Amino acid sequence: MKYSVVGAKRILIVGGGTGGTIVANNLARRLHGEIREHKVQISMLSASDQHMYQPGLLYVAFGQMMPDELYRDQASLLEPTIDFRVDPVVKFELEKKQVTTKSGDVHEYDVLVIATGSRMVPNEIPGLEEGAEFFYTEESAIKMFKKLREFEGGKVAITVGVPHKCPIAPVEVTFSLHDYFKARGIRDKVQIKYHYPINRIHSIENVAKWAQPEFDRIGVEYETLFNVEEVDAENKIVKSLEGTESEYDLLISIPEHRGMEVIEEHEFGPGGWIPTDRHQLTMEGQDNIYVLGDTTNLPVSKTGSAAHFQAEVVSENIASIIKIGAPVRDYKGKVYCFIEAGHDRATYAMFDYLNPPDLKPPNKSMHWFKMSYNQMYWTSVRGLL
Amino acid sequence: MSETKIVDACNTYCPGPLMELITYMRQADVGDTLELLSTDQGSADDVPEWVEKCGHEMVGTEKIGEIWHIKVRKAK
Ligand SMILES: Cc1cc2nc3c(=O)[nH]c(=O)nc-3n(C[C@H](O)[C@H](O)[C@H](O)COP(=O)(O)OP(=O)(O)OC[C@H]3O[C@@H](n4cnc5c(N)ncnc54)[C@H](O)[C@@H]3O)c2cc1C
Repeated sequence: MKYSVVGAKRILIVGGGTGGTIVANNLARRLHGEIREHKVQISMLSASDQHMYQPGLLYVAFGQMMPDELYRDQASLLEPTIDFRVDPVVKFELEKKQVTTKSGDVHEYDVLVIATGSRMVPNEIPGLEEGAEFFYTEESAIKMFKKLREFEGGKVAITVGVPHKCPIAPVEVTFSLHDYFKARGIRDKVQIKYHYPINRIHSIENVAKWAQPEFDRIGVEYETLFNVEEVDAENKIVKSLEGTESEYDLLISIPEHRGMEVIEEHEFGPGGWIPTDRHQLTMEGQDNIYVLGDTTNLPVSKTGSAAHFQAEVVSENIASIIKIGAPVRDYKGKVYCFIEAGHDRATYAMFDYLNPPDLKPPNKSMHWFKMSYNQMYWTSVRGLL
Repeated sequence: MSETKIVDACNTYCPGPLMELITYMRQADVGDTLELLSTDQGSADDVPEWVEKCGHEMVGTEKIGEIWHIKVRKAK
């Protein structure tokens, strides 16, 4: 049989973040008849009983949101028919179609969905952890805000590791820094310098074309082809692989990311990125395993938006395979990113594998749309949007 | 033993081919050759510029059909 999923009962989702939650809820709705008749069972294993709205961390780093606003109880976001457990997976046995959790439980499955996300690994660069501020975790975002508050002027350097989640974050944090220091009345005492790994200021050409004159207008310097190799935290110097260096008084860094430890340990793919089919989102060589969100090795932005569009494809296909024995949709690489151009204007970029984004000038209404999306996210992960 | 690893960055706007290459170069061993596949015309210029700046080695660039095959050896 081509699709080993036909006739299957147990769908196991590993990871209760953006991608996993949307898949679970979407499946619970599509398959509610089958669940009621005990033909299908949906389970989720996650590492936390809390769900964090990660984009909110950028606002926490500027004192615009409190950390507690970013969380909801994961159980409250899930359809009641989903069996949810907080018990992270420590072992995958693909041949046996089973996983083992931290508590020692073994869960068998017919269909496995992996959406374990990614994590920053600042310790990969000597001196970076000691020398830089980050905003990719709650703790680091709070620390960064306190550092910003204390800052009275000097050189601010922004650096970017590869790969990293949320590709828009480097430009957003730069615009936010400008607005923040302006609001405090000390912008003239602060020099902001942006460093980017490739030879333009953003990976998306149209974003680079738009952001460069904006940086010029607000007096942000930039250096391209700058991949951080080392930070001399004592002398406050950041050095690049390309042989240049910048001095700083405050270093804001978006560090390199990797997949979760458990994925790396299983050596599914370099960096903890799981080799994934671009269109079907199955793990390479495994028809009954789906991978989505940050943990794929796809050449697609690691964003909640990509995870969301992928989740729709994954759940529609798992449901259709159960119902008619064949998948019905392909993922075409769709991503939609809001771009905050400071504290009161925003624009967006929408693109897929074949169509580049066409950027519109930022305006206030897009900013307010993003602010309302920050709340709408909870409706979206429930699978209602 | 060094080996050639394929990095398929065809049809991607973000992160894009050079970002993909940088990702896999960081994980490769010194002496490994990476073959970047790209449909982006810019890669034929961007990649050699970066490779030269950080002291890696260009092995060759070839366009087959619509796809650039750019081979780079990790030198340090
Ligand atoms: C500062 C910041 C700003 C961002 N801004 C944006 C933005 O503006 N727009 C956008 O679209 N995206 C943005 N993102 C990115 C977005 O949050 C992620 O890309 C998205 O959450 C990825 O979804 P995911 O399901 O792959 O992983 P996640 O949402 O990270 O979920 C992973 C889940 O896996 C669980 N898990 C981990 N290990 C295990 C294990 N061993 N067993 C079981 N479960 C496990 C975790 O507990 C978690 O529930 C931003 C991220 C950050 C940090």
